[in-house]
Amino acid sequence: MELIDQHTKKIMEGCKERARDAGLRFQDESLEYIVTNQDLLELSPKYMIPTLYDYWVHDVEVLREKGRYELYPNNPYETVINTRPAISFYNDNNPDWLNVMIFYHVLAHIDFFQNNMCFKHTWDEDFAGQALSDKSTIAMLRSERGRWVDYVIEFSRGMDNLVGFHGALSDINQPPEIKVSAKIDFYFDVFLQSIRRLSITEYLKEIDRYNDAVRHFGSIAETAFFSDVARKYPEFEALFARRGGVHKKSRDLLQFIQENSPFLGKEENRWMKSILQIVRKTSLFFQPQIRTKILNEGWASYWHEKLFLKDDRIDGNEVAFARVNAMVTALPRIGINPYALGMRLFDHIEDMSNKGKISTEFQRIQNEQKRQQFDKKTGSGMDSVFKIREDFDDFLFIKSFVDQDFVDQHKLFVTGRRLNTQRMTWEYFIKSRDAGQYRQMLLDSLYHPPFIEIDRTKEGCLYLDHQFEGKPLVNEFINNTMLGIEYLWGGPVKLETSEMIEDPQESLNDGGYNMPPEKEPSWHRVVYTMQDRQLSKTVL
Amino acid sequence: MQKDTPVQNDSEGIARQAEEGSGLVHAMPDERGAVGRPGHNGGAGDVLSLTPSLSNMRAIYGSSDLVFLQGSSAPGGTYVHSLKAIDELLERDKLREKDGFPRKIRVGRLVKPGRGDKGKIILVPTTVEEKFIHDVRSSEPGSGGQSGGTGEGKEGEVIGEEQVEGGEGGAGAGGAGQGEGGEHEMESSAYDLGKVLGEKFELPNLKSKGKKRSLTRYTYDLTDRHKGRGQLLDKKATLRKIIETNISLEKILDPEDIDPANLLVSPQDEIYRILSKEKDYESQAMVFFLRDYSGSMMGRPTDVVVTQHVLIYSWLLFQYEKQVETRFILHDTAAKEVPDFFTYYNQSVAGGTKVGSAYRLVNEIVEAGNLARDYNIYVFHGTDGDDWDNDGRETIPEIKKILTFANRIGITIAGRTTDASTSVERYISNSRLLDEYPKGIRMDSVGENATEVRLIEGIKTLLS
Repeated sequence: MELIDQHTKKIMEGCKERARDAGLRFQDESLEYIVTNQDLLELSPKYMIPTLYDYWVHDVEVLREKGRYELYPNNPYETVINTRPAISFYNDNNPDWLNVMIFYHVLAHIDFFQNNMCFKHTWDEDFAGQALSDKSTIAMLRSERGRWVDYVIEFSRGMDNLVGFHGALSDINQPPEIKVSAKIDFYFDVFLQSIRRLSITEYLKEIDRYNDAVRHFGSIAETAFFSDVARKYPEFEALFARRGGVHKKSRDLLQFIQENSPFLGKEENRWMKSILQIVRKTSLFFQPQIRTKILNEGWASYWHEKLFLKDDRIDGNEVAFARVNAMVTALPRIGINPYALGMRLFDHIEDMSNKGKISTEFQRIQNEQKRQQFDKKTGSGMDSVFKIREDFDDFLFIKSFVDQDFVDQHKLFVTGRRLNTQRMTWEYFIKSRDAGQYRQMLLDSLYHPPFIEIDRTKEGCLYLDHQFEGKPLVNEFINNTMLGIEYLWGGPVKLETSEMIEDPQESLNDGGYNMPPEKEPSWHRVVYTMQDRQLSKTVL
Repeated sequence: MQKDTPVQNDSEGIARQAEEGSGLVHAMPDERGAVGRPGHNGGAGDVLSLTPSLSNMRAIYGSSDLVFLQGSSAPGGTYVHSLKAIDELLERDKLREKDGFPRKIRVGRLVKPGRGDKGKIILVPTTVEEKFIHDVRSSEPGSGGQSGGTGEGKEGEVIGEEQVEGGEGGAGAGGAGQGEGGEHEMESSAYDLGKVLGEKFELPNLKSKGKKRSLTRYTYDLTDRHKGRGQLLDKKATLRKIIETNISLEKILDPEDIDPANLLVSPQDEIYRILSKEKDYESQAMVFFLRDYSGSMMGRPTDVVVTQHVLIYSWLLFQYEKQVETRFILHDTAAKEVPDFFTYYNQSVAGGTKVGSAYRLVNEIVEAGNLARDYNIYVFHGTDGDDWDNDGRETIPEIKKILTFANRIGITIAGRTTDASTSVERYISNSRLLDEYPKGIRMDSVGENATEVRLIEGIKTLLS
């Protein structure tokens, strides 16, 4: 990989100045590399992080079709990566005007990485540097432990989509003054409520007593408070020591195993923990990216268009720009283009906000004509879009701003697909122009790893409880995933999940000529048990 | 280079827009077209998955800056990369078993679109990283498949259509690329795959049944050349030689102006053809692939059968050192021979089912070419087990006839159930052919949801 030449770098620096003047905020330094086809071959399996650890799966083709985006929270061909300094990749024969456009796009991405709150946990570290040190850690372990290192990587990666991203974010964002010790949490949340089952008045009394202690004793409040507790409930200390650490149901399977696995706790297996840690860290690094795809691409497209058109250096290339820009940001007749959708949403928000439409006052208006004419001329559009780039993710973005006005303005609709048995074709048709349905369709297609809670106390083994949200788990993957978890846990593992009840009538249909009328599938709860590398299933 | 692609795509896009604007129902572009970028071409396709080629998931997360914005295509050629390391991978995979974990290397098929929309199939080792993830296929293949869209039109209006997968000329299982005539490119990788299959899955080596003909035979032809004497004067070569001699004698100074009367002709310049012995390599094996493409085969059964046939083909290719000829036959109620694997795979779903017709065609081909004398003949038939000829009255006699010359008939049943309840399974069992000719005919019911490992097990059953 080579850095871009001085001439091009100068263009980039010019873009940075103009982007800053427009209000974008990002670090001064950035690295731009030219990539060849060969570079891409090596980079794409590592999600464009040149320093990512080696792993044999990176060397073979990975089957992508089965919900690839659910498997990997990153795209193999991104142009910018969220490192310090940010690194971006370019073809070596882009004309200058195209580079200007791409640079603006890239700068908006960098601004997004460095300001959106979902990325907060990546702000203080350079991931490329970290990855490099992780890479050498793994290389070192491999020289000592051989192929077992790869098994541990494999099994850890088997759960790297269950990393409790939101939990990690909320830990960072919680103000220190409301953080209390695990002991206090356990006492009030579990011990008093579920074990002693105190009445509400008694419970409130305890809270008062605690607040009193804080007022009187300051920094030693907790010790003072619990010395009283010990007198009243002598069993508390022992109970906390036994159950305290895991009283909350965790959703971060990787972390839970790392901290609580009896197998990993053994002296000879300690080294495995560092691998779990690396895999988890890598996953957490990529998580915000996939959860802000529409927002991030929309933001970058919004800015590259705005800034490019104002750039005085590109006179004469407007037509060429228009062609490329239209390709990137055109709404497709069928399908979803995150660039186009996100950009239009930002435009929509800016416009709404400029007219003061993001307000209760506006929402209360039912009259269509009045809605259209509503204009408070607040001029707060720019502030709003910057606020949204800071505080939102895709889910909130769509949930909050895809409204009927937006859907109507851009003539959006939900498409459906059905089989035309005469012509043997799939027909695509306009299913609905209702904003609610359009929004739901978008939300349904967002990245969403399964919601799995961990409950060690149930049935004396690691018990994973999949909260069913209408989609079953990929059945073929259950065996190997659980095999890995059992290995790292060092004991039996159970997974409770929902499966469709097979309808015996179904198998008698005539092979797809006439689709059976659609009906709601029915589900039942099943428990998979992985013990001694054998999987068994029972229906609850 | 990279600029070509977007511009080209762009103009396609504009044309498409125009067409759409007119409100005509038109054929859907393939996935590439729909996304507008050459994004995921060459992505490894799961051989067994039925992927809707226009998926909304793809649309959101399938596009990325490098491909979308800079118009560079996803790099091709990773398969070479992976084949290089294949020995190491297989060695590692073997160790997995020793360590008590299931093997992980699988055999995948990659469809790469080449120039001029001609696809080629490449077979590569692949793997998948299992995790707990939501099954997004669950709504398929019903109606479902929601996505977004934009533009004019009333609710309920049809705005586009797309060939059902497996339709003629449609996309292959890789999700991209279509085409024909990639057979030769396929061959070399298939040979590698056969090798892999042999080593990895310990498929049995084929035993010669003593029917195998000699590898070479000799024919006599007037091909060798000889100076001065021989059976037949080669006038063109002789003339060329004469000119050559005269140039060196400086008889010809200006090539534009040659006077033939002036040329000297030496007896050594006369070139003759003489009769000579020629080695003529002959294919050792002739493999007939028969596939039921009736309506009931749509979807997974077709995938299962075709996948297994690819694997068998690869395996035989390796076994016979590439001396394999293949014939592809499709049948519904009538059978027809198709020229290549691509047509064989892609041909669209047709009407009812008469299994006997396919076997009859095999017999006709073999008789017409007197093939039984010179070839080891293998017949593989894939079906879901439905047959209008319910008790095999037409089929059984044809099979018996094939058994007189074929090394092996292998029947794969990719039915919706595996309880041997389909017509084909029933009448084959009733005919007792399996018991009478244990070396001549094998049947394997894999079920339509068979995994690749199951299919390879099936090959053992069919071939051993």
